Amino acid sequence: MKHIKTLNSGMLKKSVAKGCGECQACKTSCTVANQKC
Amino acid sequence: MIHKFKMSGYNIVLDVHSGAVHVVDELSYKMLDFIDGHMTDQVPRHIFENLSEYNADEIVDSYNELYILYEQGLLFSEDDYEKFAKLMGPAPIKSMCLNVSHDCNLRCEYCFAAKGDFGKGRCLMSAETGKRAIEFLLEHSKGRRNLEVDFFGGEPLMNFDVVKQVVEYARSKEAEYNKNFRFTLTTNGLLLDDEKIDYINREMYNVVLSIDGRKEINDKLRVTPSGKGSYDIIVRKYQQLVKNRDKDYYVRGTFTKYNLDFADDVLHLYELGFNQISIEPVVSDPNLDFSLQEEDLDKIFDEYERLAKEILKLKKNKKPINFFHFFIDLNAGPCAVKRLRGCSCGNEYIAVTPNGDIYPCHQFVGMDDWKMGNINYGSFNFNMKKEFSSINIYRKEECKNCWAKFYCSGGCSANNLQYQGDILNPHKLSCELEKKRLECAIMIQAALAEN
Repeated sequence: MKHIKTLNSGMLKKSVAKGCGECQACKTSCTVANQKC
Repeated sequence: MIHKFKMSGYNIVLDVHSGAVHVVDELSYKMLDFIDGHMTDQVPRHIFENLSEYNADEIVDSYNELYILYEQGLLFSEDDYEKFAKLMGPAPIKSMCLNVSHDCNLRCEYCFAAKGDFGKGRCLMSAETGKRAIEFLLEHSKGRRNLEVDFFGGEPLMNFDVVKQVVEYARSKEAEYNKNFRFTLTTNGLLLDDEKIDYINREMYNVVLSIDGRKEINDKLRVTPSGKGSYDIIVRKYQQLVKNRDKDYYVRGTFTKYNLDFADDVLHLYELGFNQISIEPVVSDPNLDFSLQEEDLDKIFDEYERLAKEILKLKKNKKPINFFHFFIDLNAGPCAVKRLRGCSCGNEYIAVTPNGDIYPCHQFVGMDDWKMGNINYGSFNFNMKKEFSSINIYRKEECKNCWAKFYCSGGCSANNLQYQGDILNPHKLSCELEKKRLECAIMIQAALAEN
């Protein structure tokens, strides 16, 4: 593409197929996006 | 829904409901202002009219590229997550904050634990209560295999023998219950010695080492009961611990109104040899001198951008550094269900005090109305757990239409309650800071992708 560079293919919709509950600094600014599946 | 912003020369577009991120040229960036979320394969007339300074062929070219992304579900993608949010119910408890000490050898001015005792008097947890907490977790975790226990307080190293006994007890149950315990410990570092460092590096999956950054910043608020600073005591110990560690760690500090130039504190910690760093905004009564106010936001935003550029410089030079709040995984990260649910306090996560009282999380400790039960008396309020299990971003009016909802997951329930008066009403200042950090994190990824 000439006008646009896409960095990723969108991870959210695909991840719905997975909430198994097995996933794990803050204590005041809890930021879920920092976690790993 | 999309969110677009400019930073460091990049025009960035986040497609909220797919998570796709695009770096676009100026024409495409402007064009998105004239697209209402629905696209066809024909360029609407009003786009030509509103972008008359551009060549018509260029407009068609740019529009077609946007349309391809739209067709691929990577631009203006549908919000179809609310149906999953509505299905959410109580989940097994799999994570516990164990306040082994409601006492502390520091008197940090901004401490949310009221300088260590949560306003309830100084005391330590007994080994018996600690073991009962482990039994509670084993019983209530059902099929979950990975269980987390965070030793917290107060200062947990003031009750180190109980920490060791609880770890030993939990490990003795792992095979029988088919569980994997992961322990974390948060410490102010004063009591670290060779024995404790060796133990922490062997048994703790993660360790959080509290320090605010530069000596004059750290020693302004992180002081002993006699008012003496802690920096000179802890830095050498932290360096020894990290040097001998092969697992996760964070040096973790707080910035306040006194150091709105907190990027210098992050860089100072990096220069001390630490590369896993978290410096986070104080959340406190807005009337206190050190509290952050709305009027500070522009300065904080500028500082986050300055920090992002400095971290980017290090990363481009292949220097390993991870600033916790700039970490984002654009290809995976937590699943959508986890993002909808957030920290899951009071549902999957609880906190236990030295006398066995159970609260939804460490931030709720001491709020009598939110006590869920007691480990020693075998009481537990399942109705309150059910209430907490229903919390998700689609129950928060301010969050459901926010572009950042899948990254902050609705913010901290305790902060929402304390500063907005309602668990479901997000703390405004925290929202603004979170959104800025997220933009910085995405910009760093865009810049790294360019190379």
